[in-house]
Amino acid sequence: MTTLLALPYWQETGIKLGLALAIIPTTSLILVYLFLFKMMAFMQSRLGPNDTGPYGTLQLIAEAIKFLQKEDIHPAQADRRVFRMAPVVVLASTFLLYVVLPAGPDAVVQNLDTGVFYAMAVSSISVLGILMAGWSSANKYALLGGLRAAGQLIAYELPLILAVMGVVIQAETLNLQGIVEAQATGEIFGFGGIGNPFILTQFLAFLIFMIAAQAELTQTPFDMPVAETELVGGFHIEYTGFRFLLFFMAEFGTAFAFAALASVMFLGGWWIPGFDVDDNILNVLGPGVMLGKILLIAFFIFWVRFTYPRLREDQLQKFAWKVLIPLALVNIVLTGIFKVVF
Amino acid sequence: MPQLPGLIKGLGVTAKTAGRTLFPKRGWKTLIPAPQKGAVTVQYPHEKEAPPERARGVIALHEENCTACMLCSRSCPDWCIYIEGHKVKAPPRREGGKPRTVNMLDRFDIDYALCMYCGICVEVCPFDALFWTPEYEYSEPRIADLLHDKDRLGEWMDTVPDFLDYEPGSEQKVRKVPR
Amino acid sequence: MTATSDREQMAYISSQAADARVNVELDTGDMTLNIGPQHPATHGTLRIACQLDGEQVVVAEPIMGYMHRGYEKLCEVRTYPQCTTLINRIDWLGSFANEVPFILAAERLMEVEAPPRAQWIRTILFELSRVANLALFLGDMGVQIGALTPVFFAFRDRERVLNQIEEVTGGRFHPNFDRIGGLKDDIPKGWIEETHSVMVKMRTFCDEMEDLLVGNEIFQARCRGVGVIPPEVALSYGLSGANLRASGVDWDLRRDANPGLAWDQVDWRVWTHPDGDSFARYWVRLQETREATRIVDQLLDGIPSGPIMAKVPRIIKVPAGEAYLSTENPLGEMGYYIVSKGDLGPFRVKIRTPSFNNISIVPWVMKGVYVPDVITILGSLYFILGDIDR
Ligand code: SF4
Ligand code: SF4
Repeated sequence: MTTLLALPYWQETGIKLGLALAIIPTTSLILVYLFLFKMMAFMQSRLGPNDTGPYGTLQLIAEAIKFLQKEDIHPAQADRRVFRMAPVVVLASTFLLYVVLPAGPDAVVQNLDTGVFYAMAVSSISVLGILMAGWSSANKYALLGGLRAAGQLIAYELPLILAVMGVVIQAETLNLQGIVEAQATGEIFGFGGIGNPFILTQFLAFLIFMIAAQAELTQTPFDMPVAETELVGGFHIEYTGFRFLLFFMAEFGTAFAFAALASVMFLGGWWIPGFDVDDNILNVLGPGVMLGKILLIAFFIFWVRFTYPRLREDQLQKFAWKVLIPLALVNIVLTGIFKVVF
Repeated sequence: MPQLPGLIKGLGVTAKTAGRTLFPKRGWKTLIPAPQKGAVTVQYPHEKEAPPERARGVIALHEENCTACMLCSRSCPDWCIYIEGHKVKAPPRREGGKPRTVNMLDRFDIDYALCMYCGICVEVCPFDALFWTPEYEYSEPRIADLLHDKDRLGEWMDTVPDFLDYEPGSEQKVRKVPR
Repeated sequence: MTATSDREQMAYISSQAADARVNVELDTGDMTLNIGPQHPATHGTLRIACQLDGEQVVVAEPIMGYMHRGYEKLCEVRTYPQCTTLINRIDWLGSFANEVPFILAAERLMEVEAPPRAQWIRTILFELSRVANLALFLGDMGVQIGALTPVFFAFRDRERVLNQIEEVTGGRFHPNFDRIGGLKDDIPKGWIEETHSVMVKMRTFCDEMEDLLVGNEIFQARCRGVGVIPPEVALSYGLSGANLRASGVDWDLRRDANPGLAWDQVDWRVWTHPDGDSFARYWVRLQETREATRIVDQLLDGIPSGPIMAKVPRIIKVPAGEAYLSTENPLGEMGYYIVSKGDLGPFRVKIRTPSFNNISIVPWVMKGVYVPDVITILGSLYFILGDIDR
């Protein structure tokens, strides 16, 4: 691959890391504004915020400022150090996810050969943060929420990884860039015009991935750990001000990251039909294409979120173990057979 | 376990509502998003909701009609009307008649911090001195300011709407608002 | 280390040993979880003290009274017209329906009867407040189990009904429109037509709820088989209204003991469901909302003409006596027992509210359910705090 700019390694990495850091708040801003504020409002015959800035675009910034002003309260019984660390751990997991997300042939912080593996591993760190938050808050609701979250996230990690396996088998690489390339150079029955987005061959895996991602993100119908009407917010019940903001940002940042992962693995990532895979222009156009695909996927995530009621804890586990995991295994076997036959 | 139709129908309902909110226009204009029109909410400080004429917003006092008879004050369920009056000799109505005694109103306060908006005072007033108006913008930062005196209550008189006609089949007579 | 006596040391060691023993045996003691008094699922200040084993409820006990306002006592120092203002505030979502049984009981004592036009308009407003009340339930149940959107739909469409009520009575929530011997005022021009169109919208709302919740597999999974109340238990706990009908008991005071309102003039039916679970309760209420819109439609077309007020003295004194009268309110059987000594106000009022009885079944029905089901059951039993504590 050609490099975009000839910079020393440390400078390049520094710039990229800085960008990735800046991107998390931005992405959660975009998602929250577009979907949580506006789309949800439209689905409920409302307008949503429209006074702060043009069409209410600055609403979230105003809210962030409001959160920053709030007092930072610790419950008296809380385990202070763990309590303070928890949101940082959750956010760190999100941040680490962004490291491997490619937005162009070179527009990636670090192109790891084991990218998929890394992403899956890193995304499960957030469980730890949530468990820490739930445990250290010294609140029964928070504890219940934290434990539910732990159970749920672990249960849905499996179908998530198994669904990705199908893609990995087909692309023959764990590298996210490699997966994009494999889709770009792929052919559908000899026709290579639009490459071969894996959503076509791996539709089952895509569905499983999306459902599991929904659960990983604790969005309705899998939002048992948060469950406003019964656990009153679950693990982040005791958090105020800035720490709550961190949780909030992490939630939507992770949603964005998972949507990005899905678009890389199933929708062809940053590649645009008609360009070479390592065309330099894709470094500029790629992020735009990615953003479009991500928003499309995020739209589905949030559409489901605003429509469905939530499942119960045991039903949720049953669904993961009895439906998703067997299906994902079947998908892997099928993919393997096809891989060998063709 | 999942049979898709039910789940998908639900998605359809929310999508349809979003569509109706975002694109409320008909015909070729359909593609112009106009959520301001499609949303059912009223953007309060910018546009105001018009409550129906009978809405019990605030009580207006037509001072000339009030005889300080205290009926309203006595029948108020939480006794939040404060009336004081004194008697004065008024010139006779007709030339050469006897001079009359009339009750003059010194104080007529309604404490809206206590009022339950039940409308009993308006109903019992035998002299048509109290009226409902649908105005609702009189909140105050201090609770004590919610005590409206008779001048303030008199100002509301301008906002009293006319009584509505009745649906056919009614034997009620439409009352008149004194202006 | 400071010197410690032997005894202290022994005590320390034995407590350590006790801790260790507990850890070895993995004693998962019951946890007490207070749901409420401040909790989003209790719409107010109901407290449910739950003993949990893991996520399973061992004992659940409703503790009420956080919002007790003493209305029965307050009524004793007020005149009859003043009482209705208080009574409005018992079940605040269906206020007009609260006034009716009180007024009817007082009318029975006075031996007056409202003219037919008044009775018809009463019935219309009664059913309208039923629609407004149940519409909120239909949406709120969604929120209880996690779906955000239905409740916004409910607020949106309920507002239309409330507007219709406000156009006649002047109050959205507290109409205070019913008087002994009739009504305060007649309906304004054009109201009948508007109400017809609102009823059409409410039926669309019911269809939307059907698609959004009833047909939804997740909703069914959450509600079916949760909180089953068999008919005998329901009867023995004194449940009433849709909670009872969802258990398969065909019992509706509107049909069985009509106190003179216009229900017997129109064609409608009582819905029951054999299952007795949360889903059945939701379903029955959904059908009842539809049925209520149908009743309103029929009543609107047939309002008789005439006066709206019987001949009653301006200052109302109710002759000495006692009367109990109950009607089928949105929540269930609501009754007033009035004891009069011939004064301006009642001597004693006893209010039988449906929610109080409906919530009393909580300890029975919540044994062994999971915490999320507690919320589902609470939501589907549908109580209103003001109606419990009054
Ligand atoms: S509306 Fe009712 S509470 Fe308010 S002043 Fe009149 S009688 Fe009293
Ligand atoms: S009842 Fe009417 S006339 Fe009598 S004091 Fe009140 S406002 Fe005045």
